[in-house]
Amino acid sequence: MKAFGPGRWKKAVVALAIAAAIMNAGCKKKDVDPFPASGAVAGWEKTGDTRVFAAKDLWQYIDGGAEQYLQAGVVSTATSDYKYQDQLETVVDVYTMGDAAGARKILESGQTNDAKRVQVGDAGIAYEQSVTFRKGPYLVRIVAYEATPGAQQALIALAHGVEAKL
Amino acid sequence: MKSRREFLKEAATGVVLLGSSAAADKLALAGVLEQHAAAGKSKVVIARDASLHGAGTQPNEQHVLNLLDKAMSAYTGREKPMEAWKSVIPADILAGGVIGLKVNGLGGRGISTHAALTMAVAERLQQAGVRAGNILVWDRNERDLAACGMTISTDPSRVRCYGNDAGGFDDEPVSWGTANIRLAKILTRECAMVINLPILKDHGGAGITFSMKNMYGVVDKPFTLHANNCNPGVADLNCLPAVRGKVWFTIGDAISSVYDGGPGFHPERLWYPNALVVGEDRVALDYTAWQMIEHKRAEVGMPTLEGVGRAPKYIATAADFAHQLGTCDPKRIKLVEV
Repeated sequence: MKAFGPGRWKKAVVALAIAAAIMNAGCKKKDVDPFPASGAVAGWEKTGDTRVFAAKDLWQYIDGGAEQYLQAGVVSTATSDYKYQDQLETVVDVYTMGDAAGARKILESGQTNDAKRVQVGDAGIAYEQSVTFRKGPYLVRIVAYEATPGAQQALIALAHGVEAKL
Repeated sequence: MKSRREFLKEAATGVVLLGSSAAADKLALAGVLEQHAAAGKSKVVIARDASLHGAGTQPNEQHVLNLLDKAMSAYTGREKPMEAWKSVIPADILAGGVIGLKVNGLGGRGISTHAALTMAVAERLQQAGVRAGNILVWDRNERDLAACGMTISTDPSRVRCYGNDAGGFDDEPVSWGTANIRLAKILTRECAMVINLPILKDHGGAGITFSMKNMYGVVDKPFTLHANNCNPGVADLNCLPAVRGKVWFTIGDAISSVYDGGPGFHPERLWYPNALVVGEDRVALDYTAWQMIEHKRAEVGMPTLEGVGRAPKYIATAADFAHQLGTCDPKRIKLVEV
């Protein structure tokens, strides 16, 4: 076998570095802010700071509930509070999963017969006080703390606002 | 520090010296507690009020106070609220000890210990003689407390309220079985006793969370106790002397609950038992809570927790010979429903 000369080593190292950079860029998720600003969706105001939890710290946010997300490959979780027409208090959670399969797994595991399918993202479901949808590797859960007339439509509108930013 | 079990045993055998009023008070307390455990059974009271919520989603504060009185009366056999409380809280603690109220705000605003209950307990404690500043409402952090409708306060002239994020944890870890964690200083250094105010919930890992599981909020790394459906993590944690010895009375919030999807807030799985669950035997309380969750799941056609691989096996572990935290034998539980 012919040994590598100094020039060939150099070329090989450069080629490997370029390949690694391309692979890294391909795997890296785009840096997104999924949270609509106040007023971006009619009637909705962002009332809290955005908090972000890495997978290893998810227990700080949903201790005990974190396991299913970890098993599905969650990478990080971002959350913020919202309020609709100064009345309906709501929380928006955006889970960034390792891939779309992870988001699908969570969405499907949370579905029940009384869920209403909604056209948000790649797939979505709604209940009276909540909307959950997935888009690519993102799983978004929007939950209102109270049931009020028109809450579901307002939540779906906010879901579209989040979807547009993903 | 002696555990309550050890104290009761010593009181019964005359080891406790009666030279001090505190010792006499404790002996009197032991007599009361023995009454609560009538005929060798652990007493658990479920007090209900179907009108607790009225028209809104938040419970009516006066109704919650009335329900608390009803529960305490049924538990102690004392009709007057003050007598009921004085029969439960040792006189020396009433006079000068700090009483922690460990709430649970982990699930967020929709499914956390109700402020109406916390404040009702604080009100009755003050009427029983506890100084406001000696009542400390506490949980993991400020956010959890806010979820419980509480506001941070360190003013010693008022009911205090702050979390482990402000109080900190002991420097040295403590161990019991699989539990090797640092405890909150609020528990180990501040409180003479703790009244446990958990909220009844389904739990994706443990099966259910109520009395014993609420103690995950007094440690620095609760996730280290989650393996194997929190079994034996929950039982081991509750065997730590500070937990076992100080947290021996539970007023469980079953005003609202989630029967699936917990411990987070899933409004589609929310239901309103409109109840308080009161007792001293933490295992009997959790067994009773488990049955409440199973009853609701059956009512809506859901499989049992065993059927979905989430039976709360830590409850039986807590009752076993190694842990001896209480009983999960229904024949040894005196369930009183009012």
